[in-house]
Amino acid sequence: MSPREVAPDHPAGDVPLIDVHAHFWHPGTGRADWEAPNRARLRAGARIGISCHIGSILGSFGHTSPTYLPSPADVTTGNDAMLAIAEGEGSLVRAYVAVNPNDGRHALDEIERCVARGAIGIKLAASRRADHPLLDPIAELAADHGLPVLHHIWQHRRQEWPGQEASDGVELARLAGRHPRVWFILAHIGGGGDYRHTFAAAGDVPNILFDLSGSGVDRGMLDDAVASVGTERLVWGSDITMETGLAKLLALEELGLPPAGLEDVRWRTAARVFPPGSFARLGGGVRKARTA
Amino acid sequence: MSGGLVDVNALIGGHPFRDIPHPEPGILLRVLEREMIRAAWVGHLPSAFWRDSLPGNARLYEALASHSPKLRPVPVVRPDWPGWERAVAEANARGAPAVRAYPPQWRMGPDDAHMAALARACAEAGLVLLLTVRFEDARQRHWMDAAGDLSGAAIRHIVRAADARIIVTAAGRALIEEVHWGLTPEERARLFWDISWIWGPPEDDLAHLLRTVGASRFVYGTHWPLRLAQTPRANLALLPDDVADPKLADPDDIVRLAGAR
Repeated sequence: MSPREVAPDHPAGDVPLIDVHAHFWHPGTGRADWEAPNRARLRAGARIGISCHIGSILGSFGHTSPTYLPSPADVTTGNDAMLAIAEGEGSLVRAYVAVNPNDGRHALDEIERCVARGAIGIKLAASRRADHPLLDPIAELAADHGLPVLHHIWQHRRQEWPGQEASDGVELARLAGRHPRVWFILAHIGGGGDYRHTFAAAGDVPNILFDLSGSGVDRGMLDDAVASVGTERLVWGSDITMETGLAKLLALEELGLPPAGLEDVRWRTAARVFPPGSFARLGGGVRKARTA
Repeated sequence: MSGGLVDVNALIGGHPFRDIPHPEPGILLRVLEREMIRAAWVGHLPSAFWRDSLPGNARLYEALASHSPKLRPVPVVRPDWPGWERAVAEANARGAPAVRAYPPQWRMGPDDAHMAALARACAEAGLVLLLTVRFEDARQRHWMDAAGDLSGAAIRHIVRAADARIIVTAAGRALIEEVHWGLTPEERARLFWDISWIWGPPEDDLAHLLRTVGASRFVYGTHWPLRLAQTPRANLALLPDDVADPKLADPDDIVRLAGAR
């Protein structure tokens, strides 16, 4: 029998599942097949059992301005496209508003505009170091609206990388320390670098959550994550490799966590930090899980 | 696959640059059972970083001796080391289906004559030659881990050198396409790839490769204990319907093609 033949409809179970780190594409990203990855995400999400994809679009993804340093025009175009996808998919897809802190006024206006259209969180990529004061007004606005901030993070940044001004856990911890009313989601512990450095750098900062996404599937990473910060501060995501996301769900089941711990990672922590009412689709599933 | 899955890319032993939990044969056996994998071709991870691989081979044979045929040894042969031909002969005598080689770790260039000699020796011995593109993502490597990835040029050179059957592990789509379409049909027929590092959705690299290169060129591999063994299972489970349940190559058939027992 093949793995597909022996797998149930949802290989990692039917408990609600929120993907806090999804991306979508649009025609202005320069790829003729831009619809294909969007369709593939929803197809694979249905197979995995994802209840809600929280997605962002990083401007033009490099087509007309750099992915991690998008121009204001590209930021707006990307956010409009993301909001349109979310509106079209109902509660299956929700949107982050992505902003570039170097264009501070535009970033704040964009957050207000997109929240009014339904965005439920802020996405910061690698446009400015996470601990720079330019990020403070954005974090203050996040606090005012009760929005979590998903921040692209390099796990132990040991050098400058071209095309981005990346940050690591040390730098995000400084920002989070200045804004204790905001939930920060430290992106993709499997996304490159050394996650053990990240846990050491940000594990003690209580308003930082850690998303499990990224192509990295090192054995030991999940064990270390649970041991370092507990399931209450881990959130599941897939980023641009959904097979590694599913593999991590399957591996989490092997860790011997109590059901409540698995629920934390799958949806409960996300449901706690995003604005109330963000996940209408979970309805019955949430009630079922809470009474289990 | 009629006889069940075979993992061609498993290892035992530690890694010099990070902690790996329980990289032992007994744990691997439990993983195979959980993942419904019938058998594994198993290498000795530390040997990849040792100057002389022979002590590692001895440890590998000893560690797996009581786990045959579920765990099959895949020793290392370093073809620029004096007397390397004896390691090939020993692998054959001990029933190994394949031997491993690590040109980047040995600082061998893409057209190194030693690797061509090893390919010829494998062809003569009926052994599969197993190559590794990488052990870790380049973004996380220790500063002392300076070997770099195995290049497409190196793979093409080895494939063209002899009529050996070759499995390349831990490659991604770009490298696979570069090599596959840079070989003649006869040369491609000698070459196989494991799926341990190929991306799934939303990019759907694995689905694309199954459509274009063909399922018969791919084998199942986990890269355990470095990576979660669940990853290739997850990848196959997420394939779109038009390439669902692909008929991957059976490693036992590759061994038969190689002319082994």
